[in-house]
Formats: sequence, structure tokens, C-alpha cells
Amino acid sequence: MMSGFFDTIGALMMLGGALFLALGGLGLVRMPDIYNRIQAGTKATTLGTLMVLVGAALIMPSWSIKLLLIMLFLMFTNPLSSQVLARAAHRSDAPMTPETKADRLDEDAEDLA
Amino acid sequence: MSDTGLLSKGTAAPWRPLATRLFATLFLFWILLNGSLSIATLISGLVVAGVIAIFFARNLSFLSGFHLTPAGIGAAILFIGYFLKELVKANLALAKLVLTPALPVDPAIVKVRTKLTDPVGRLLLANAITLTPGTLTCEIKGEFLYVHWVVAQSTDIEAATQEIVAGFERYLEVMYG
Amino acid sequence: MADVLLILAGCLVFAAFALAAWRFVKGPRALDRVVAFDVLTIISVTGIVLAALITGRSIYLDVALVYALLSFLGVIVAARYLEGGE
Repeated sequence: MMSGFFDTIGALMMLGGALFLALGGLGLVRMPDIYNRIQAGTKATTLGTLMVLVGAALIMPSWSIKLLLIMLFLMFTNPLSSQVLARAAHRSDAPMTPETKADRLDEDAEDLA
Repeated sequence: MSDTGLLSKGTAAPWRPLATRLFATLFLFWILLNGSLSIATLISGLVVAGVIAIFFARNLSFLSGFHLTPAGIGAAILFIGYFLKELVKANLALAKLVLTPALPVDPAIVKVRTKLTDPVGRLLLANAITLTPGTLTCEIKGEFLYVHWVVAQSTDIEAATQEIVAGFERYLEVMYG
Repeated sequence: MADVLLILAGCLVFAAFALAAWRFVKGPRALDRVVAFDVLTIISVTGIVLAALITGRSIYLDVALVYALLSFLGVIVAARYLEGGE
């Protein structure tokens, strides 16, 4: 069904994106506290999804406008939801890994309240 | 009438260019979403985008800060390029970290300062920081951002600002200056 | 060639989903589950796009877009709710 140069490049791109998604999942499992988990989750899913969508656009060029919209949307909302989650974690005093060496936000907590 | 201070922000702002900008953005988004240029699509898009632009141009000021000039657009393109490069670097660093059995994290929440004053500029900066190597914005308060850093190189405010913020701020200052 | 690569990509997306689902089940706190949920939905968007490619139906792209929009709103609401402490 599929052949041609762009199909192969697109499929390789999608494979690379899926690899980053899997690494993000691994990070989500391995990281010691919620902040590090958010870090692993947000970066890997953003690049992973972007690469999968670019790959899909290479295989199906007629879909590229809609795929571009999804990409723009995700690039904007994905970090935003991570930031809201991180803020919620800090405000609800989620435990941090003992390796954490400084918390400037906690030091300034009185000024911010 | 001269624009004077606070009042011009909400009520006496030049709403016509704002409405035009909002209308153009909405209409473009509508066409992209539909993926067609049929008469029905165009007319319904014109009507809906027009109504929204007339009613909400005063309240939705998030489009107004961007400098729609050749310099601003050029900086935006360079910003996106730099951002994508940093995103790839972030993922390679993360991949290396999670595949190391010992998981060598050395985290800290550091405080950094931004020179940007525009709220959208600050939001874009916060988003960019979140997606770049090992950093995650936790809270924005005025000119200060609190950033979680997986492998913190410094907890000093100036050094952290130089390391985390400076790269993006260069472009955002031109875009939202 | 490209088909094989796509199937491999599908397997990796499934692995990512399984890992995130493990974190969703394990927790330990409600916010950890929300983080896992956020990741799960974005992996699902990727899955929907893969499904669109395999079936050749572009309508799935609209599904993916709306799905991404709703999950974003859901995560924001959940985070704001949990902000006050658990």
C-alpha cells in the first residue's frame, strides 16, 4: 500500500516520535517526585507528538493543514497544563525528592500569599 | 485626544486595529479548521469572526502586544527555530537521564528574573522554559519566575537567569518589547 | 518498508501508554494521577492520528483536535481543584 521516499521518511519520523513517547513514559515511571515526572512527561510528549504529526503530514500531505493546527495547539497547551500542574503540586505541598537542594519558591511563600 | 495612562488601557484604547487583528486571526483559524474555501464556509466565517471581533476586541488584549513589524516577525521565526532546537536537546538530555540506571537527578527550584513586561511575552517565555532542557516553570509572580531544574547548575538568581532565560528573551524582547 | 515502521511505531506508542498507565494506577497522590492522565491523553492523540493513517479517514483528525482541547481543559480544572490541598 505504501511506498516512495516521503512515506519512508514520514514513517521513520513517526517511529522516532513514538520512541520519545516511550522514553517519556519510562521517565514518568522512574522519576522520584512529581516535579521530575512532569518534566519527563511534558518534554517527551511534546516532541514525540510533534514528530508523529510531522511524519503523518509527510505520508498524507493533504492533511497537513489540520495536522499543523493540532501541532500548534499542543505546543501551546502542553507546557501550559504542565505549569498549572506544577503550581498545583507546590501549593498543595507535594513532597519533593530528598535530593532537592534548594526551593526558592518556598522561601518566598509568605510574599506570594 | 492623547492616550493618557490607565484609562487608555481599557476604554479608550484604539480598538479598530485590535478588532481587525482579532478578526484576521479568527478568520484564518476558521479557514484552516475547515480546510476549504467554499462560499458557505467563507460567509459563515466572515459573520462569526466579525461578531466576535466587534464584541471582544476590547477584552482580548492578548494579540495587541505583538509587534507586527518585519523585525517582530523575523524574531518570531528565529524564536521558533531556537525553540525547536532546544526542545530536541531537552529530549536527548532526558532520554540519557532516564536510561541511566542510577538516575542522576540534582533538582532545585530556582528563581529567575525577566525583563519582559508584556503578559503574553511572559507566558511564551514560561512555556519555552518548560520545554527546554531540564526546566519547568512552577509559578510566575511579576518579573520573577520560579523554575524547577532537574540538574540545577546554580541556585543563584543571576546565574540561573543567564542560563535559563537569556536565550529566549533575546527574541521575545524584539517581539513583545 | 513503511508499513513495518508504522507497526513498530504503534507498538512503541502502546508501550508509552502502558508505562503512563502504570503511573496512573500507582499514584501515589491524586496529582500524580492527573500528570499521568495528561500524558495518557496526549499519547491517545498520537494513537488517534495513527488510526487515521491506517484507516485513511481524515475525520479522526477532528476527533484528535477536540480530544486534545477537552483533555487540556480537564487537566486545568483538575489541577485547580487539587491546588488547595488533598
